[in-house]
Amino acid sequence: MTAIRQAVTSGLLLFLVLFAITGFAYPLAVTLIAGAAFPYQAHGSLVVDGQGRVIGSDLIGQNFSAPFYFQGRPSETPITAYNASASGGSNLAPGNPLLLEHIADRVRALRNAGVQGPIPSDLVMASGSGLDPAISLDAALVQVPAVAEARGLPENEVHALVLAWAESLPAPFVEPCINVLSLNRELDRLDGRD
Amino acid sequence: MAQPAPLLDGSLFIAFFTAVTITGVLFGRYMAHVFSGDYSRGIPGALEARLFRFIGTSAGEEDDWKGYAREMLIFNGIGFIALLALLLLQGYLPLNPEGCGAFDPGTAVHTAASFVTNTNYQIYAGEVSASYLTQMAGFTVQNFLSAATGICIAVAVMRGVTRRSTDRIGNFRVDVTRCVLYILLPVAFAAALLLVSQGVIQNVDPYVHAAGYGPAGPQTIAMGPVASQEAVKEFGTNGGGFFNANSAHPYENPTPFANLVEIFLILLIPVSLPFAFGRMAGSMRQGWAIYIVMLAIYLPALGTLYVAELGGNPLMEQFDVTGVSMEGKEARFGLGGTALFAASTTATPCGAVNAMFDSFMPIAGMVPMLLILLGEVVFGGVGSGFYTFIGFIVLAVFIAGLMIGRSPEYLGKKIEVREMRMAVLTVLVPGVLVLILTGIALLLPGTAEAMHNPGPHGLSELVYTFASMSNNNGSAFAGFDASGIFYALTGAAAMAIGRFVPAVAMLALAGSIAQKKTVPPGPGTLATASATFTVWTILVILIVGALTFFPLFAMGPIADHLLLFGGG
Repeated sequence: MTAIRQAVTSGLLLFLVLFAITGFAYPLAVTLIAGAAFPYQAHGSLVVDGQGRVIGSDLIGQNFSAPFYFQGRPSETPITAYNASASGGSNLAPGNPLLLEHIADRVRALRNAGVQGPIPSDLVMASGSGLDPAISLDAALVQVPAVAEARGLPENEVHALVLAWAESLPAPFVEPCINVLSLNRELDRLDGRD
Repeated sequence: MAQPAPLLDGSLFIAFFTAVTITGVLFGRYMAHVFSGDYSRGIPGALEARLFRFIGTSAGEEDDWKGYAREMLIFNGIGFIALLALLLLQGYLPLNPEGCGAFDPGTAVHTAASFVTNTNYQIYAGEVSASYLTQMAGFTVQNFLSAATGICIAVAVMRGVTRRSTDRIGNFRVDVTRCVLYILLPVAFAAALLLVSQGVIQNVDPYVHAAGYGPAGPQTIAMGPVASQEAVKEFGTNGGGFFNANSAHPYENPTPFANLVEIFLILLIPVSLPFAFGRMAGSMRQGWAIYIVMLAIYLPALGTLYVAELGGNPLMEQFDVTGVSMEGKEARFGLGGTALFAASTTATPCGAVNAMFDSFMPIAGMVPMLLILLGEVVFGGVGSGFYTFIGFIVLAVFIAGLMIGRSPEYLGKKIEVREMRMAVLTVLVPGVLVLILTGIALLLPGTAEAMHNPGPHGLSELVYTFASMSNNNGSAFAGFDASGIFYALTGAAAMAIGRFVPAVAMLALAGSIAQKKTVPPGPGTLATASATFTVWTILVILIVGALTFFPLFAMGPIADHLLLFGGG
C-alpha cells in the first residue's frame, strides 16, 4: 500500500508542477508576448471605422446580400448566418436532398439578383466554419455585372477593383481569394459612400 | 478555389513532404537525445535533478514495465479527475467572462476522458460551453500531458525492443517531464507566436460586440486564448478545437500559410519517431523502413482523397454550378490545403479538421475513416500510432516466419507466444470495439435520429463516430449527434479502453522483449529493413484493416458513392 501511496503522491506533485507550467505559465506568457508583438492580430484583427466603432473583424465573414454588395459564402451557423459566437457547418452529405434544396434556393436568389453564367460552387455552398471571410476570384468576378448595374457604376471599374484586390494578395501555392468585407469597403469608397 | 488546381497542389505536396521528412530526421535525432538523458551534467541536468528530487524520484531510477504502466495510469487518472473537476466547477471559477456554466455530468465525463486519452472528440461547442480557464488549465494542460504520455509509451517500447537482458524500460515521470519541457513546450511556444502573427487570436477579452458593416447586422465575435492551445493541439496531435468549427475557424486557422504550419506541426513528431527509433536501435535503416511503410500508405490515401474531391458533386450540373464541392470547406485553403489537412489529421490521431468530413464526397470521406481504422499506424501520431505500428511489425514478423519456416525475430529478439498475445491485443482491441459498439448502436431505437444524413451516409457517420473514439482520433462526421447519454458513456469507455489497453499491452511486450538476449543474425534471420519485408508489412496492415472493416465500407461510403454517381 505504501508503494501505491508514494506513487500517487509523486504523480500528484508532478501533475501540479506540469499543470502550473502548461496551464498557466505557458498560455500567459504567450498572451503577454503576443499582445506586445502582435496586438492587432492577438485581439482579433478587428476593423474600426471612422467613428471608432468596431464594425467587425478582417478574418470573420459578414452576411452581405446582393445586389448592392458582393456577397460571401453561405453560412449555416446556428440561430443566424455568420454567428461568430457559434461556428460550424451544415454537415450535409453531398447527396442529401436537403442540401440540394438549399443550393437550388441560393442559385435562384443569385439569378434574381442578376448573376449570370455558371456559378462557382463556393458561392452556393456553405463554409465549414460558417464564418469564411473570403470567396474565390471566380465567385467575385461572376457578381461584377450585377453589382455594377445595381450601383450604376461602369462594369470595367468594378471589374478592375476586384482584380486589383486579388493581385495584392501574397499566396504561394494557393489561388487568390478575396476578402469580402474589404472588397465591399473598397467598393463603397469607389462609389463615394464611405 | 472553386476551381481546383492539381498542378499547384501536386507541387505543394512534394515541397511539403520534402520539408517534413528532412525536419523529421533532424527532430528524431533530437528526440532520441532528449530521452537518452545524456545531457544531465549541464545546467538543464542540474535543474531537472532538483525537480525530480522534489517529486521523489531520480533520473537514474528505472522501472520494469509494470512500474512504468502503473505510474502512467496513476498520472493519467489524476489528470482525468482534475479535468473533470474543472469542467463541473467552471461556473464558480475565474477567467469566465461569458459566464459559462458547468458541463452536464455525462458530457463532462466524456470530455475529460476525451482529452486525457488524446482523443479530443468533442460533443460540446468550445465557444459556447467552455470558459477560458477550462480551455487553458483544462484542455491545454491535457493537450500537453496526453501527448507526452503517448510519446513516453512509444519511447519505453523502443527501449524494450532495443535493450537486451534487462527488465527496466525507463522512468515514466522522468520521461514525461523531459517530453513536456524539452520537446513539446519550446516548439508549441514558438509555433503559438508564429500563428498569432498570421491572425490566430490570443487574449482573455470578453466577446466583442461588433456593429457590422453596411447591410450585415451586428455580430458577437468569440474571443479567447486560442493560439497557445492551437499550437499544442496540432503538435501533440490532440485535435480538440478551441471553437466548434475547429481549424476551419478563421481565428484558429486564418491563412493558407497558417494552415501549412498546422499540418506541419501535426506531422512533425509522428514523422520523427521512426527516426528516433532508428537511432536508438543503432540502425537508421530500421527507422527508414518504418517511415517508408507509412509514406507508402499515406500518399495513395492522400491521392485518393484529392481525386475523389477533384470532380466535384455530380448533382450540381442541373444548377449550372461549377467547381469542387465547397460545402463544409473554406475558400482560403484551396483543395490541396484541405486534402492535406484531412489526410494528415487522420493518419495521425490528431483529429483536428479544417473542413467538415460529413460533407466530403463519399470516397473522400472514406479515406479518413480507413486511415483511422488501420489503427492510425500511418505516421502514428504522438506515440500511440508508433507503438501500434510496432505491434503490426511483430505480427508481420510472426506471419512471415510461419510462412517461410524461419524463427520469427525482430532486431535479433525472438518473438514468442507472449509477445504475439500482446501484439494481437494491441492491433485488434480498437477494431473490435468499433464493431461491437456499432452493432449495439444499430440495434438501439434512437440511433436513426442521431444520424444527420439519410441512407448509407448515416451508417458512415455512426461507424466514423466509434472509429474516431476507439482509435483516439477525435475527428468526426460532425453531423452525427453523439451528445446523447448512450454515446457519452460508451464513448468515454471506448476512448479509455482504446487508449490504455493497447498502451499497457505494448508496455508488457516491451518488458518481455527487453529481457531477451540478442541472437546474432544468421542465414535464417528475417531482414526487417529489406524492401521485401517493407512491402510485407504494408500488406499485413492493409489486410487486417480490410478484413475487419470491408463490410462496413461497402454498406457505408461505397454504397453512398454508388448512389450519388450511379443514379440509384
